[in-house]
Amino acid sequence: MTRYNRRRATNFMVLTLSLAATGLALLVLFLILGTLLANGIPALTPDTFTQTTPPPGSRGGVANAIYGSVVMTFVATLVGTPVGILCGTYLAEFGRGTALAPAVRFVNDILLSAPSIVIGLFVYEVIVVPMGHFSAWAGSIALAILVVPVVVRTTEDMLNLVPTGLREAAFALGTPEWKVVVMVTYRAAIQGMMTGVMLAVARIAGETAPLLFTALNNQFASTNMNGPMANLPVVIFQFAMSPYADWQRLAWGGALLITFTILILNIFARMLASWSGAAK
Amino acid sequence: MTIEVNPVQTPTRPPTVSGPLVTLNRTSERGVPRTKVVIKDLRFYYRNFEALKGINLELYDRRVTAFIGPSGCGKSTLLRILNRIYDLYPGQRSTGQVLIDGHDILAPGQDLNLLRARVGMVFQKPTPFPMSIYDNIAFGIRLYEQLSAQDLDARVEQALRRAALWDEVKDKLKQSGLSLSGGQQQRLCIARATAVKPEILLLDEPCSALDPLSTQRVEELIAELKSDYCIVIVTHNMQQAARSSDYTAFMYLGSLVEFDETEAIFTHPRERQTEDYITGRFG
Repeated sequence: MTRYNRRRATNFMVLTLSLAATGLALLVLFLILGTLLANGIPALTPDTFTQTTPPPGSRGGVANAIYGSVVMTFVATLVGTPVGILCGTYLAEFGRGTALAPAVRFVNDILLSAPSIVIGLFVYEVIVVPMGHFSAWAGSIALAILVVPVVVRTTEDMLNLVPTGLREAAFALGTPEWKVVVMVTYRAAIQGMMTGVMLAVARIAGETAPLLFTALNNQFASTNMNGPMANLPVVIFQFAMSPYADWQRLAWGGALLITFTILILNIFARMLASWSGAAK
Repeated sequence: MTIEVNPVQTPTRPPTVSGPLVTLNRTSERGVPRTKVVIKDLRFYYRNFEALKGINLELYDRRVTAFIGPSGCGKSTLLRILNRIYDLYPGQRSTGQVLIDGHDILAPGQDLNLLRARVGMVFQKPTPFPMSIYDNIAFGIRLYEQLSAQDLDARVEQALRRAALWDEVKDKLKQSGLSLSGGQQQRLCIARATAVKPEILLLDEPCSALDPLSTQRVEELIAELKSDYCIVIVTHNMQQAARSSDYTAFMYLGSLVEFDETEAIFTHPRERQTEDYITGRFG
């Protein structure tokens, strides 16, 4: 066998293997999505969006859980984003060359990959136990802790992508450092940073474990942030595990809702990212 | 514009690594130039690497000085010391003196923002800020001056006119600076640098990313700006140095080999290395 033929054979083998692996991954993905669509679409009725979680055997929907998820995700994003952006800014701009920055980056990477149930337990210990009851505030805090590392990482990465020349040009005009960051670097990186926030929202929208220990669940419609609040992931968890067929049906509907919300958020994030790429 | 070269060559000693200050006593047709910057025994280090090995040089007000030399000779490094932009990077430091109007800018306590407002810089790659054409110019002015909207408009227009860009952008001032062509972007950057009324203008290979026509416009602009500023230009383009500068400094391996009036450098250089470089035998 000549070298050329051997190379062609290797090429063929590697190509086949990668195609097979890709096919396998896609197959699993489509099986999940297919099952979800098959079971979820029949479960989506106007009731799903207007009625609250029912007792077994009666008419109902997941309106209160949708409300809870939206509110807690919103509060968590509101709390986590500024912290994440400021920390990412420190790492990319002000902390360059300091000994603290690599340490913060390392800790952030650990936080990024920490199991979310650990975050849930942590918030349970420091907020739920002292307060004496589950609450939507505690749930929001737990989700906010998940938002921070994602936003820190994307903010730092996006700021690092801003060309050094642009920063130098701003400094060369005699611009103070904070103005360089706020008026020039942020402007150049804003789309990428927003993409990061969007990805963080997508990440927390489907988190179950941190909420299980914090916001828990609520069978009734509640807007009280100081009390337990229904939310889609925990409702899905509870209803899917139940023996009641109508609860299981609602769980499928809720799962489909979350999946598509996250899909749309991801598509939106990608569009923002490619739009910012085109602008440069 | 040609410079009358005095037929009598003043026998100045060639500068050496830590040699004496090279001073030019000859006068051009426009009279004696005023010394704006005096550089004394300037050394520069990237960590432990000595990039500049004792530079002694004077720069003159209302004249264009070109730094030429092969890549890595330290000409950009020297330029980046004049506004201390190197200070952004840890591990870079300089020793010696750089006196601007007699004041040492390397001395501790020098306010870098005020220094950079006096010493403008234009970079190799056009770097418009991600904002409108108008705001690109107004950005620097707003940093140091409180102007009424009317006065600010006038200053922006004046800066753009000087940069020969006004006619091309006057109808789209609200558009992004990034929407301009490369040559226009570079003239925008020059307008931005001059809008804050600096005293010294540093140009770091300002035409290397531009086509010949844009290059010509920028060179015309340099000739025009010369009447107000002390201009220093780093260039790889020998013709550009010959065309647009009054004085030329030839650098090699971190040392200043020769400094003289541009015409002298290009017609009868004193140093063999200079002659080899400008005739294309090395570099």
